[in-house]
Amino acid sequence: MEKLLQINNIHTSFQTHAGEVQAVRGVSIDLYKGEAVGIVGESGSGKSITMMTLMRLLDNNGEIKEGEILFEGKDLVKLSEKEMEGIRGNDIGMIFQDPMTSLNPVLTIGDQISEPLIKHGKMSRSEVRKKVIDMLELVGISSPEKRMKQYPHEFSGGMRQRVMIAMALICQPKLLIADEPTTALDVTIQAQILELMKDLKEKLNMSIIIITHDLGVVANLCTRINVMYGGIVVESGKAREIFYNANHPYTWGLLRSIPNPKLDTKERLIPIQGTPPDLLKPPVGCPFAERCDWAMKICFDNMPENYNISEDHYSACWLNHPDAPKVNRNDDGRDN
Amino acid sequence: MEEKDTLIEVKNLSKFFDVNKGMFAKKKSYVKAVDDVSFIIKKGETLGIVGESGCGKTTMGRTLLKLYEPTAGEIIYNGKDIANLKNNDMLPYRRKMQMIFQDPYASLNSRMSIGDIIAEPIEIHKLMNKIERLERVRYLLNKVGLNPEDVRRYPHEFSGGQRQRIGIARALAVQPEFIVCDEPISALDVSIQAQVVNMLEDLQDDLGLTYLFIAHDLSMVKHISNKIGVMYLGKLVEIAESNELYKNPLHPYTKALLSAIPVPDPDMALQNKRIMLEGEIPSPIDPPEGCRFRGRCKYAMPKCAEAQPELKDMGGEHKVACFLY
Amino acid sequence: MQYSKDMFEFIPKEEKNYNRVVRPSLTYGQDVWRMLRKNKLAMGGLVFLIIIVLAAIFGPMLSKYSYTAQNLDFADIGPSAQHWFGTDKFGRDLFVRVLEGARISLTIGFVASALSVFIGILYGGISGYFGGTVDNIMMRIVEAIYAIPMTIYVILIMVVLRGGLNSIIIALTISFWVTMARIVRGQIMSLKEQEFVLAAKTIGASPLRIILKHLIPNCLGPIIVTLTLSVPDAIFQEAFLSFIGLGIAPPLASWGSLASDALGGYQLYPYQLVFPALAISLTMLAFNLLGDGLTYALDPKTRR
Repeated sequence: MEKLLQINNIHTSFQTHAGEVQAVRGVSIDLYKGEAVGIVGESGSGKSITMMTLMRLLDNNGEIKEGEILFEGKDLVKLSEKEMEGIRGNDIGMIFQDPMTSLNPVLTIGDQISEPLIKHGKMSRSEVRKKVIDMLELVGISSPEKRMKQYPHEFSGGMRQRVMIAMALICQPKLLIADEPTTALDVTIQAQILELMKDLKEKLNMSIIIITHDLGVVANLCTRINVMYGGIVVESGKAREIFYNANHPYTWGLLRSIPNPKLDTKERLIPIQGTPPDLLKPPVGCPFAERCDWAMKICFDNMPENYNISEDHYSACWLNHPDAPKVNRNDDGRDN
Repeated sequence: MEEKDTLIEVKNLSKFFDVNKGMFAKKKSYVKAVDDVSFIIKKGETLGIVGESGCGKTTMGRTLLKLYEPTAGEIIYNGKDIANLKNNDMLPYRRKMQMIFQDPYASLNSRMSIGDIIAEPIEIHKLMNKIERLERVRYLLNKVGLNPEDVRRYPHEFSGGQRQRIGIARALAVQPEFIVCDEPISALDVSIQAQVVNMLEDLQDDLGLTYLFIAHDLSMVKHISNKIGVMYLGKLVEIAESNELYKNPLHPYTKALLSAIPVPDPDMALQNKRIMLEGEIPSPIDPPEGCRFRGRCKYAMPKCAEAQPELKDMGGEHKVACFLY
Repeated sequence: MQYSKDMFEFIPKEEKNYNRVVRPSLTYGQDVWRMLRKNKLAMGGLVFLIIIVLAAIFGPMLSKYSYTAQNLDFADIGPSAQHWFGTDKFGRDLFVRVLEGARISLTIGFVASALSVFIGILYGGISGYFGGTVDNIMMRIVEAIYAIPMTIYVILIMVVLRGGLNSIIIALTISFWVTMARIVRGQIMSLKEQEFVLAAKTIGASPLRIILKHLIPNCLGPIIVTLTLSVPDAIFQEAFLSFIGLGIAPPLASWGSLASDALGGYQLYPYQLVFPALAISLTMLAFNLLGDGLTYALDPKTRR
């Protein structure tokens, strides 16, 4: 399989009046052609900032301190703004969480979907129009000729998200980045959108990166998953590996704290006590150490190395060190 | 098995909102947010209500607490119908019936210290003097897992999960019997949700509380509720005991809803046959005649356009409103 | 890299940190002050105002001249070491008279603004909270008042009440409360659907309690800004009234009456007009700069 994207050791920080917030602290993620990869994490994990870094859409006070992002042989970190504009919407499309605010209320849907085409391509008016109609059909909006003349407020939430997807895909990008695309939508609409994304991935041979906190969504859509916490990737691997053979205590914690509706008996949820770390003064060692049931001395002092558990399965946890004690993930306490 | 008492009985509750305001509107247009809903909640139980946008679950929760005046129907609390009580007479009931809100950032007055926020209900009901109040506030903070020394601090100093606990402490201040939980965990991170849900369960066991749990996260609702009701466009379309609803859903909408939940399990996800619902959720303004769901229902029959189906008892407390049965 | 074996011992978890407070406590006031401090212009305005107020309070006491003392031998003298601002046609020291004028003008400005804010908050609060018919009627009244240019009916009121310090304050209050009422009403209408208001209703709070304890304190931002910007408006209105002879009567002096007195001879003695005019202009500028700075500092959207 061919590699499409390689994020290497990215560090991104923000300058605030309170000091430097280190949002992303050494993140590396791979993406192959035609696959869907999930980035899972909670607020403050750095998942959204990582993608904004990739798209070079950081706020004025944001800065890439280190690292490279290789996309089709080019390092996106080093490109000029003009060169990035040529890539956004063209080679890489992005959809955001809230379809209510991501669309311009005073332009028609047709105009907004045409915009990337007009900017990146040289097509005649009628060619553009045909492409827009085709795309609207592809994303499941009926009567596209009529609807493309309508305004965002005439569409429901699910429909607007489809419009966003149409806009992101109109130039047939190789990569689609979806930042919490279904969080604001109802469950049945969410199911429709996820099916659509799966479908489009096949039809257009497109890679997808989906950012979410919903483990159900990644289980359904992604072949590989990266789990982020406190600005770093703590575990990554194939979906089955992450769900059935998780290695990192944070991943264990996440899996234990969500209910599985298919189970008959009611099991007590086991939450992860505590709150995420303050990235103004990030911990020196593993960011999860203070909430971890199996934290050792070394965890507080040193950032864990990335251990290769099995093919494609990596985990940044000191428990994998040969000298570390063996633990049983089903313990509630420790395993001394 | 002891027969539990009924704490709340809701009969034919409706809440309509007038859309065409103004003195010159000729035709009155209504949003039938809640339409002829009936159910029972027994003491110590949790009734979960699920549904999507426009189904009316939040409106129903608020109408139950008389935050909105019901358009029609009865709300029988411990044997007394409170639906038509004036605001002044509602005061004793405002002790027994409380609410927890969705947005931890908007549900606390940012200008008040958390001590004052939690003490306010006690103050309003004139239950204790200042010293006793402070004691009670400290006790409540402890009970929800917060530091009693933080009494003087302000909401913005706390995280989302902690603020939600403060809201819960406020709800518990005057020893309620019944709490409406309106999407209490939707705005929280996944790992924090479990903390709050566990706490709600523990409090229920400890204090004998009765909950109405409104949410759109079906997995969480199943986890915490004894019974679940499914709402669609203002109507209660199905209600059953939790496990029964998941194992044996009867209403076409319930089936679609359940199959749409993304299960956090890759193997199960592959097996899951999704029932795709066509189309969008229609607008709740002036809904069409007949069954509200027929526009998206695979099994729609001519009968469905003529009348609205009533809730029919299918045995074992499982009721469904559908002409298929 | 080699690690010693003891690095792999478990550390017992301490429960104490789990519910620690997340952010350091900056109260609302401290936060606003911090943002305001960054704005040099606003701080400049604030400093100027403090100086003026202090000068108005203590200045006349410290000067050897009283504002009424006439000395015709020294009439119409330009600024000098003895009379910093010169003298007027009756030989009265202008510096002291400007400071006295400051007392009058600032008092009128502050009191009229404060009163109008008070009335406006109550009126706007009730109208905004209850909505519906109550709001309809109350707002129609406000609009009727608002439609008439302020100056016209201030003049009318002054003619009826016949001049004097209290009358001016009453007249200005009556014309200013309307703006505050509208602003407060607008804020309240947007706030009252928020969850913390619903929560207050759930626990049994009365409408009065909700308005006073929950709604108004959350409107403080726009209220403070409007208050700050009302003062220069009031000062100017008073100056205008006095200028056209409807305001302060001698021997009391306000900046407006000083300017009015100076009109007759301003070509010969321009300083008699310049100083009071400068006083009015600079004070208004200072309030406006401060008000602008406060608008920005109090805006919830610009804060983290």
